[in-house]
Amino acid sequence: MVTGGVTKFAKAHPAMDFRLMVKRAYDYALKGIPGLTADRIDGSRISYFSDHFSRQLKAASMVQDYLGLNPKGSVRIEWGGATGGECFQAAYEAVASGRMDVCLAAGYETMSRVPTWKGNEFIALASDTNFDFPLGGFYTGYYALMVVRHIYEYLRLGKFGHVTDEREAQRLAIAEGSRIMSKVSVKNHLNALHNPYAQYPKRLTVDDVLRSEMISYPLTREQICTMSDGAAVAVLCTEQRAKEFTDRPVRVTGVGCGTDTMRLADRPFGKVPLMPHEKAKDYEELRYPGVHSFRAGRAAGLEAYRMAGISNPNTELDFIELHDAYASSEIQTYEDLGLCKYGEGYDFVERGDPFLSGIDYGFPTPQAGAIPVNPSGGLIACGHPVGATGLMQGVFAFWQLQGTVPKHFGDPALQLDRPRRGAIHSHAGTGSSVTVSILERGFR
Amino acid sequence: MTSRPPAYSKFRDVQAELDLSGAAIFRDADGVESLIIRNPYSITYIHSYAEDSPFFLGLAEGRLRGSKCRKPKCGFVYGTPRSHCMVCGAPTEWIDLPTRGRVHSWTTCHFGSEAFLKETPYNLALVEFDRVGSLLLVRLKDCVESDLYVGMPVEARFDPNPKYSITDVWFVPAR
Ligand SMILES: [Zn+2]
Repeated sequence: MVTGGVTKFAKAHPAMDFRLMVKRAYDYALKGIPGLTADRIDGSRISYFSDHFSRQLKAASMVQDYLGLNPKGSVRIEWGGATGGECFQAAYEAVASGRMDVCLAAGYETMSRVPTWKGNEFIALASDTNFDFPLGGFYTGYYALMVVRHIYEYLRLGKFGHVTDEREAQRLAIAEGSRIMSKVSVKNHLNALHNPYAQYPKRLTVDDVLRSEMISYPLTREQICTMSDGAAVAVLCTEQRAKEFTDRPVRVTGVGCGTDTMRLADRPFGKVPLMPHEKAKDYEELRYPGVHSFRAGRAAGLEAYRMAGISNPNTELDFIELHDAYASSEIQTYEDLGLCKYGEGYDFVERGDPFLSGIDYGFPTPQAGAIPVNPSGGLIACGHPVGATGLMQGVFAFWQLQGTVPKHFGDPALQLDRPRRGAIHSHAGTGSSVTVSILERGFR
Repeated sequence: MTSRPPAYSKFRDVQAELDLSGAAIFRDADGVESLIIRNPYSITYIHSYAEDSPFFLGLAEGRLRGSKCRKPKCGFVYGTPRSHCMVCGAPTEWIDLPTRGRVHSWTTCHFGSEAFLKETPYNLALVEFDRVGSLLLVRLKDCVESDLYVGMPVEARFDPNPKYSITDVWFVPAR
């Protein structure tokens, strides 16, 4: 990867349609590299999630057209919430296969063109329309079902295992889980105060998050990402071209993708596919994945780590941009990606591992800086214009590895100290498809 | 003759104007004007339940059906039916599910998609059945948020006036 660009994510960009949004991000990316002009680009991969949002089919052709890239090759990428991450990997594959020397990955979504609750309906159509959607088709509801079970498995049967009254024990466990989830939300919103691209930067307390409107029990408004308008692009190329374009390239060293059943109800109860640093006896009692964990995320992580030669992600990754559509799914994903063992996600937050050092979150974070997750603010604070989101993560990770966050954000607070390797994680549906890509500093 | 729709600097006001007259101008902080129109869209699908049809016809008769893999060595039992087994690929046969089960997980939705907003708050539950390998997602009625817990015994109820939808079945706390 040699350059990238992102538009500021916003509730609505009425003065820009999707073509102009992508053009802005594209111009920003190309501006960074004098030698990189449109004639050096061999083709593109263009992503957006839903035709419903703009009621314009084949919209990716209009992006290609607007950027002046005809008659070069291009294809539209769609894979639900993981659309952007999939687009990044499609561009990687175009280059790695030898088909292109230089490939543009561009993504966008304009979700403001329909009312919010209609938008929720469009998103919910990405659940089984025979069995799931007619019951109340609502993604926050699906994620609430998953976290209630996650809390049951790991807090009710764990920390609150000694409580004999079943209902009392479950209430205590949910209260504890909600409090810890709220810390994730505080982290991501607060990190975003230093990210000018973010849609909802703000300073919140755990109580603010807990007291915000209940959307689907136990998930509150501040624990959930919103709909956005936005675009992002990344330019990927061969090592040879990368050296011509920049002295600070970033190498893509691993790509992984995993899948699971569309319906939550169909998820199996089997064994955990183990990371190299885990043992079968760690999970003897666990029926996996059920609805509490994302087997697709585990599969994507395993594939990407194997390719990048990572055996313990907790110690071998310097940061992760993680698909936190919900504060709950960020905690579930720590476990899927092997940052901690299954069941340790809540403790991982309490210890402070995923927090940035040097930022005061309003509560103790003793191990802050261990492995920062969503230093940019993630989806919860940056917004989630679906087709752009995974590419936005790619751009933020790229700037981290280049050490250019202070330049692009106009603020040095979020720049990590010379990170060498990071991961980006993009997630669709109720975990029906997930991508993980590993990026590494490609210069000394 | 020229005619311009009214201009607003608040997006909220634009939306109100669209409902009223169908067109408005949004003027942003930099003074850039965008013309915005109302663009309705509706469609009626000719939706076939196809291989899932026996399940929905069963609901209309007050029967809750799952499916069972026909391959004896596999024999996986599905709480949400599939006409082919996802474990071994063999065809499945229809079976009657127990009408009693337990809550595997649950939530109360205080918001929903536009189509369901008027029904809020409503409860969703994944139900597990004895000797069945997968779950069923349903609405849970006759109970409120504070009544619900994982493991709660529940039983099925059927709509006497079927709409041929998954909502023809729902569960209530078991008596
Ligand atoms: Zn089978």
